[in-house]
Amino acid sequence: MQLKFTNIHEATDGVAALAELRAGEYSLVMSDWNMEPMTGLELLREVRADDKLKQIPFIMVTAESKTENVIVAKKAGVSNYIVKPFNANTLKSKLVSVIGEF
Amino acid sequence: MSGIVDQNRLAQQLIDLQKAEPGTVRLEDVSAVVAGIMDAARKEMASSDNEVVAKMIGLADYIENAKADIAALRPDEVTERHLPAAADELDEIVAETADATNRIMDATETIQGAIGDVDEATQETIFSASNQIFEACSFQDITGQRVTKVVKALKEIEEKVDSLILAFGDEIDEYKARHVAEAEATDAAEDAPVDFDDIPDEALLQGPQLSDEAMSQDDIDKLLNSA
Repeated sequence: MQLKFTNIHEATDGVAALAELRAGEYSLVMSDWNMEPMTGLELLREVRADDKLKQIPFIMVTAESKTENVIVAKKAGVSNYIVKPFNANTLKSKLVSVIGEF
Repeated sequence: MSGIVDQNRLAQQLIDLQKAEPGTVRLEDVSAVVAGIMDAARKEMASSDNEVVAKMIGLADYIENAKADIAALRPDEVTERHLPAAADELDEIVAETADATNRIMDATETIQGAIGDVDEATQETIFSASNQIFEACSFQDITGQRVTKVVKALKEIEEKVDSLILAFGDEIDEYKARHVAEAEATDAAEDAPVDFDDIPDEALLQGPQLSDEAMSQDDIDKLLNSA
C-alpha cells in the first residue's frame, strides 16, 4: 500500500509542530502523545484553541492505551486515535475516516 | 567545682592526720576522712554510670529512628509492587521482540520464496539482503539472554529486600498501622469515579501498557465513537 501524499512535514516536537502549523497551510496533523517539551495532548489543545488551526483533523498516534487517555484526547477534540503498534491497514482506515478516500 | 574543693579538703585532712603526733589522732577525724573518701567515690561512680546510661539512651533512640526511617521507605512495596511490575515489563519485551522477530523472518522467507520470479542479478541482491535480515534477527536471542540476566538480578534484589522486611517486619507493620487512615483515603480516592477533567497530564503518560491492561484498537474505536 502506498500513501499518495505530498508536502509531508515532520516536526521534532510539539513546539516545532505548532510553529510550523501557524506558519503554513496544513490539512492533517498526526502526532505522538509522549513528547517533550510539548506533549501531543498539549499540541492538540493548542490547535483546537487556535482559530486558524482548530478545523484541522488531528490523529493521535501513541502507545498510551488506557481508557482515560482516549477519553481525555476525545474531550480535547482528537479526530481519531491510533494505538501503537499498528499496521498499514489501520493507518489507512483512520486517514480515510478523517480526510476521506485518497 | 565543689567536687574539687571536697577533694582538696580531704587531701589536706589526710596530710594533717599523717603529720599528727602518735596518740593525738582522734577517731572522729579518721572517721570523717574515711566518710569523705567513700562519699567522693560514690559520687564518681554515679557520674560515670549516668554518662554510660545517657550514651545508651542516645544509641537506642538512634536505632529506633533508623528503624522507623527504614519502615517508612516501605520495602514491602518494593517486593509486592515495583519488582513484579518490572518483571512483567521485561516479560512483555521478550514476548514482543520474539513475536516481531518471527514475523520478520516469516516475511523474509516469503521474499526468498519468490526469488525465482526475478532476474539473476536481482536474485543475488535479494538473497544477500535477506540473509542479512536473518543474521540481524539473532539480536532477539541475545536480547532474551540479557533480559534473563536482568530478571535474575531482580530476583536477588527481591531476596535481599525480603530479608530486610523480615528483620523490620514489626516496624513496617507499626508504620502501616499509623498510616492506615492515609492508606484508606488513597484506596477511596482510587475507587472514586474518575473526573477526566482533573487528571494531571503527567498521569496520562504511563504507556506503553502491559497487554492485559492495554485497550485494543477496536475498543478504542468503540470508545471514540460512543456518545
